[in-house]
Amino acid sequence: MSLTASSRVAKRAILARLNRVKLPPIEKETLSYPRWKTQDEQLLTQRFIAGLSANHAEVICVNSTEIAATLTQVLTSKAYKSVVLGCACDETLSDSAANECTAYHCEKGEFYAEILAGARHCDLLQFDSVVEDFKSRLFNEVDAGITHCFGGIADTGTLVLWPDRAEPRTLSLIPPCHIALIKRSTIVSNFAGMMSEQAWQEKMPTNIVLVSGPSKTADIQQTLAYGAHGPSQLIVILVEDR
Amino acid sequence: MNHSSKGPEHFHSQAKAALGDPQLRQNFRGAMDYLQDKRKSAFHDPVEEEKIRDLSEAIRQRCLSKLPQLLELLDTNCTRNGIEVHWAENSDEANDIIARIAQRHEAKLIIKGKSMVSEEIELNHEMAKLGIECLESDMGEYIVQLDGDKPSHIIMPAIHKNKQEVSDTFEHHLDNFTPTLDVDELIQTGRTRLRQKFYDADIGLSGVNFAVAETGSLCLVENEGNGRMCTTVPKVHIAITGIEKVVEFLSDVPPLYSALTRSATGQAITTYFNIISSPRKSGERDGPLEVHLVLLDNGRTQAYQDADMRKTLQCIRCGACMNHCPVYTRVGGHAYGTVYPGPIGQIISPHLMGLDKTKELVTASSFCGACAEVCPVRIPIPDILQRLRTAAKNPPEADMIPMTGQASAASTLESLAMKGFAFAATTPTLYHAGTWSATKLKGLMPDNIGPWTQCRTSPKFADNTLHQLIKTRNKKKGETS
Repeated sequence: MSLTASSRVAKRAILARLNRVKLPPIEKETLSYPRWKTQDEQLLTQRFIAGLSANHAEVICVNSTEIAATLTQVLTSKAYKSVVLGCACDETLSDSAANECTAYHCEKGEFYAEILAGARHCDLLQFDSVVEDFKSRLFNEVDAGITHCFGGIADTGTLVLWPDRAEPRTLSLIPPCHIALIKRSTIVSNFAGMMSEQAWQEKMPTNIVLVSGPSKTADIQQTLAYGAHGPSQLIVILVEDR
Repeated sequence: MNHSSKGPEHFHSQAKAALGDPQLRQNFRGAMDYLQDKRKSAFHDPVEEEKIRDLSEAIRQRCLSKLPQLLELLDTNCTRNGIEVHWAENSDEANDIIARIAQRHEAKLIIKGKSMVSEEIELNHEMAKLGIECLESDMGEYIVQLDGDKPSHIIMPAIHKNKQEVSDTFEHHLDNFTPTLDVDELIQTGRTRLRQKFYDADIGLSGVNFAVAETGSLCLVENEGNGRMCTTVPKVHIAITGIEKVVEFLSDVPPLYSALTRSATGQAITTYFNIISSPRKSGERDGPLEVHLVLLDNGRTQAYQDADMRKTLQCIRCGACMNHCPVYTRVGGHAYGTVYPGPIGQIISPHLMGLDKTKELVTASSFCGACAEVCPVRIPIPDILQRLRTAAKNPPEADMIPMTGQASAASTLESLAMKGFAFAATTPTLYHAGTWSATKLKGLMPDNIGPWTQCRTSPKFADNTLHQLIKTRNKKKGETS
């Protein structure tokens, strides 16, 4: 029997058994749970930074004129030689592909000039080909990957990444250090609120990743260790844009 | 040391062996104290705890109330997103599906993220038969796999080992490893050895924490990043999950996720939360070219048939019940001989494996109720255990669908003895004769009466029966008044 045929048989049998039970569908509950929330900009930022710092991330607050210098300082102090970044989509996409871009995609390139300036002393790689052609360098040569962020969640100190053609998924995953730029205006109180206010269910992309610190594990004798498989360092450059 | 067990049929002997292993008991005691403390501090406000548990329970019950419709919607939406959906009735079918995908891609290496369902179908073993290597990449799972061992906890698979034992494991199985008690060094060893494997693997396999019907999305919760590696780097991603993991709306996810991480490891949030909705789209530069979802029944529809048993399927696999179970804490996960140990394992395993194999397991409870008290989705585990004990001992009632292995623990002698006792206890002459002779023959009561005296002293009958005592007392009263 072919794979799909046997799967279809299984599907029918499983659904038949489930449907044998006549259950009145339960309507959506009206319950809610208290979610951390604030209107106070300062509190919002404080909680965001506190959460990330508690989870071993380094947070640096800057205004937009300081990005390049800060980046240079970070890369120099860590002695990173090779960094990889995405591409500002307007430079690399054909017209038709660029038209498919949402406003968000185009914002990916927002700090492109600053990143280029800040990392000019490094070996600068652009993630501008498919991963198959790039994998070896990504795994073996690169010290840090730099990304923008889609948003931030203050409650838990979380970065929201919305990887796409400009900034692929592995950019924030494979290099030993992930440097993330986030605009203060994109930080919201909590996850549920961000999801519902922005109606994510209507526009799910290939992948969304929430990141709340560098990779870690407590699998050996409940002892916390960082850098399990993903980046062992997470450096967050928080850009004041209000 | 290999702690692998012979299966749930041998629970009593395995539990006895585990109790006699002081190192194992110390490792578990330490780990459980740690996890209990972490959960406690994650739910510091009892009002909030109640509210999130109420909501999580309600979401799971609502989703289960429309399970067949939601599964169809999930199938439709995943397919629309480009995810290929497969259905499997049992382990053989699930393994067959995965094997065929692997063979189509001539895959030699499958790198695995954490998936209890893949343990359930013994994927590694079955693929090895076909010459396909399955390598665990979760640190705990990797350590356990190196030892030819099995996970002893659903979220902390190597919880039964301390760092010395992990170092020993690495020393035995890895070339050029210098023994160390430095946990960072041990983790870096694992990281380095597995990196090349992520690079080389043809297929990445993962479990699923929540499958969202509304959007056709798969949600994965993890801290290490190996889950992201498995689902991003290889050109094919296969996700496998039990059919009960589907939720209706994307908005169902945040409260369940919060309940899960706080109940499991006391974290407000995990390092990574990964939502996957499709394979690599045209123009995108990475991510798998194919994503497959395998939906497995394997006995779950049996649990679904019964209103009480159905609550078993509310589980979000946080492991809090085992972390707080006095039996699990003392005997550890391997003694159960099942993929899912502890209280949740005791109520899910009979559906997966049949009551005939698991009848000893359903007796391994002190009925203290701690498991139900910490369950984030309020599964009434002790009540379900009672039902399973009854089902193990008795044939189904007229209007009930029998469970696999129903009445397999029934004993003619026990049932006759119970019937005899019921008759005697409801027939006054027999009852009085019985209690009178028990008081007279109390000297004949043996000191050892089987399992009862394993941890208790043998009971001694009183000199006089209660009836006699009351009679005497009333007589005295009559005399004095």
